[in-house]
Amino acid sequence: AAGPRPGTMSAAGAAGGGRSGTAADWGGFEDNMQGGGSAVIDMENMDDTSGSSFEDMGEMHQRMKEEEEEEGEAGAAEEEEDGEFLGMKGLRGQLGRQVADQMWQVGKRQASRAFSLYANIDILRPYFDVEPVQVRARLLESMIPVKMINFPQKIAGELYGPLMLVFTLVAILLHGMKTSDTIIREGTLMGTAIGTCFGYWLGVSSFIYFLAYLCNAQITMVQMLSLLGYGLFGHCITLFVTYNIHFHSLFYIFWLGVGGLSTLRMVAVLVSRTVGHTQRLILCGTLAALHMLFLLYLHFAYHKVVEGILDTLEGPNMPPFQRVARDIPVVSNAVLNTTAKAVALTL
Amino acid sequence: FAGLADVSISEDIPVEGEITVPVGSHSPDEDYSTLDEPVRDTIMRDLKAVGKKFVHVMYPKKSSALLRDWDLWGPLVLCVSLALMLQGGSADSKDDGGPQFAEVFVIIWFGAVVITLNSKLLGGTISFFQSLCVLGYCVLPLTVAMLVCRLVLLAGSGTVSFIIRLIVVVAMFAWSTLASTAFLADSQPPNRKALVVYPIFLFYFVISWMILTFTPQ
Repeated sequence: AAGPRPGTMSAAGAAGGGRSGTAADWGGFEDNMQGGGSAVIDMENMDDTSGSSFEDMGEMHQRMKEEEEEEGEAGAAEEEEDGEFLGMKGLRGQLGRQVADQMWQVGKRQASRAFSLYANIDILRPYFDVEPVQVRARLLESMIPVKMINFPQKIAGELYGPLMLVFTLVAILLHGMKTSDTIIREGTLMGTAIGTCFGYWLGVSSFIYFLAYLCNAQITMVQMLSLLGYGLFGHCITLFVTYNIHFHSLFYIFWLGVGGLSTLRMVAVLVSRTVGHTQRLILCGTLAALHMLFLLYLHFAYHKVVEGILDTLEGPNMPPFQRVARDIPVVSNAVLNTTAKAVALTL
Repeated sequence: FAGLADVSISEDIPVEGEITVPVGSHSPDEDYSTLDEPVRDTIMRDLKAVGKKFVHVMYPKKSSALLRDWDLWGPLVLCVSLALMLQGGSADSKDDGGPQFAEVFVIIWFGAVVITLNSKLLGGTISFFQSLCVLGYCVLPLTVAMLVCRLVLLAGSGTVSFIIRLIVVVAMFAWSTLASTAFLADSQPPNRKALVVYPIFLFYFVISWMILTFTPQ
């Protein structure tokens, strides 16, 4: 909140006679109260924003002094004096400390309130309430497309499985980049992997949720996160296999088969929850395209390293994603280049 | 220190002697006397506490010392030494390995925080810093593996050395995972242990992978 408004101050000052709760006045700034327990609203200085700020400040300081002395006296003795200047001079140091102390307490109260509201992880607790058997069942289900699309399918709003799958995908990406027999600066590597996976999960979920809102589909954000997260299970399997066995045709089979199955499941669930042909088409077309293209991207962006890299060994400028083949002496560059190109051509 | 409220002390036992601060002052009298003791005593007491925890990690039995008197010195030392040893593994000699150090640091601490949050969300009874403490201390076997790998790489970098490194890293990875599971899984409801163990497995797997694929300049 901004500094104390003159309106509030004067109201509090004028109503000093009937007050007993001094700390409440300081807390009243945020609650926008007009004077501590008094019903009297001083309209005189309410909207005094036209004058120069210097005057306002002067007025404010005058009110603050009156506040201080009133609080000091109310704190010292249980009675209030209205505008009493006696004893203020002697207690100046104490008043300052008390004021500072009260401001600190108010700030602390505010901070702890905000903290307990936003940083309370108990908000997320219901989404992690799962059993291992449930997780396993849902993992397997995510590969089986449902047949009944005229009846809204149930989606479990759970976040444990999807979160673990995203982290697994990150680990697999890391593993894939390493087994490409290349050395990549671990700095950019880890950051890229985490950024890609989380960005996809959160970003595409939000986008599809927005589209679902436009197309009147019955799905909540948590459900969408959960659905897409479990859809990454197919990606994990595909990448795990194809990062270890480097056959392009095998990858395409897995892409269509495994990727296609998990996409079909997500699409079927969404279709069952949407009404209208155009809307179904838009929603499911977008989701299918994004999901399949992501798998394609993951495979090629992190894997064509092996073939393309050796070409760049000769160039003086290395690409920003600095990947250098390991343990290759400079002499045998040419030999390796031709060999790699021959191998790449046969695939 | 709010997390220390999770440590359970039965109500009818007087609290003296059970204060769970790393410096372990047992009574108000000792509080005053620890100010007067020589610095060497203070440092040695902390070092002994850290050393005792290292021993607990290498021979994990169900003792509560690691959990009750948590401290983050050990994890910090291990993290820094691991990050230092993993530095200089990039093939490009032009970059100074700065981001690498920071990345290892961030991975370890961010991963530990995520695992802790996960175990709390699954209904664990362990507090935030206790869990961080356990996860950090259980990086010790992997640090030992990193040392061994560096020594082996000094000797040569052929297939034999790769196999030796693979065996060592896998063994240490299993040790780390089992050690941390022994401490952390107990705080979970019995049917959900697998849900907590999996992220720990993943976390140490990533660190082991970084160690295994390290090659010096």
